[in-house]
Amino acid sequence: MTNSHSTSTHLPAHGTPRRATAIWVALMAATLFTWAVGERGDAGPLVVTVLFALAFAKGTFVILDFMGLRQAPRLWPLLTLGWMALVCAAIGLAYWKGLPT
Amino acid sequence: MTARSDALFLPAGQPTEARPALRLPGDLAIWWFILAELLVFGVFFVAYAFARANNVELFNAEQAALDRDAGAINTALLLASSYLVVRAVQLAEAGRSRAAAPWILGAIACGLGFVAVKLWEYAIKLGEGVSLASSTFHMFYISLTFFHFMHVLLGLVILGALWVNARSGRYGPDNMNGIETGAAYWHMVDLVWLILFPLVYVMR
Repeated sequence: MTNSHSTSTHLPAHGTPRRATAIWVALMAATLFTWAVGERGDAGPLVVTVLFALAFAKGTFVILDFMGLRQAPRLWPLLTLGWMALVCAAIGLAYWKGLPT
Repeated sequence: MTARSDALFLPAGQPTEARPALRLPGDLAIWWFILAELLVFGVFFVAYAFARANNVELFNAEQAALDRDAGAINTALLLASSYLVVRAVQLAEAGRSRAAAPWILGAIACGLGFVAVKLWEYAIKLGEGVSLASSTFHMFYISLTFFHFMHVLLGLVILGALWVNARSGRYGPDNMNGIETGAAYWHMVDLVWLILFPLVYVMR
């Protein structure tokens, strides 16, 4: 990563355009997959696990790369990724609770 | 400082010797604000999931009547918008503030697209007689998506301010705080929708 102002103390935190584009394409592909699952009406614990694993993966890229927390003090990625893991796990637990016995 | 005592403030997977300098992008205050917002959305999502667990048939039936295309298009619009903001921030980092402005304008256009699709979706639902009182599902569907919608509107105002500043050449490697702060908020709006979409529109 280069800086046009060599005297600047700013540390770039948002990677390269190329990387951002690759991530964006992957995020769009994942969204298409989620939409297709919905259109097919797929259901069940396995499907829901895949859906939220994918949502977690997408969110991880948004947090680390788009928000720029990859090179932030570790507390911040821990809190945000931890929030997402917790929410996805709680949704999974609720889904499991609602399964027919 | 020992490796243990500063471990929380190091990037994951970096050995303590040879660690790169660390920096939180934008204003510290926005990150506390983002955390508070995430907590509120998180509680909302989990409440939805457990309400669904008690009314699975109702939630599945009414979810099937949602416009999943609109939900997916809106996901794509927010992702595109976030991406355009990242490109703008990168240009500002490279000292090209004015070149960043059109990217921010593109992000605003995507955000406005989200607003248009959402309003169209609401109009159809209201036309069908759906209201907050029509069912537990619709109570959640309307309040959750509307709460998010309000964040999109605030985010658009913030992006508008970033656009004005970028056009006047204000941002650069020595002045990144404003654009990084606004960008972080906008990515939060996107992040929350990434969970909302599978939860409300797809999970059954």
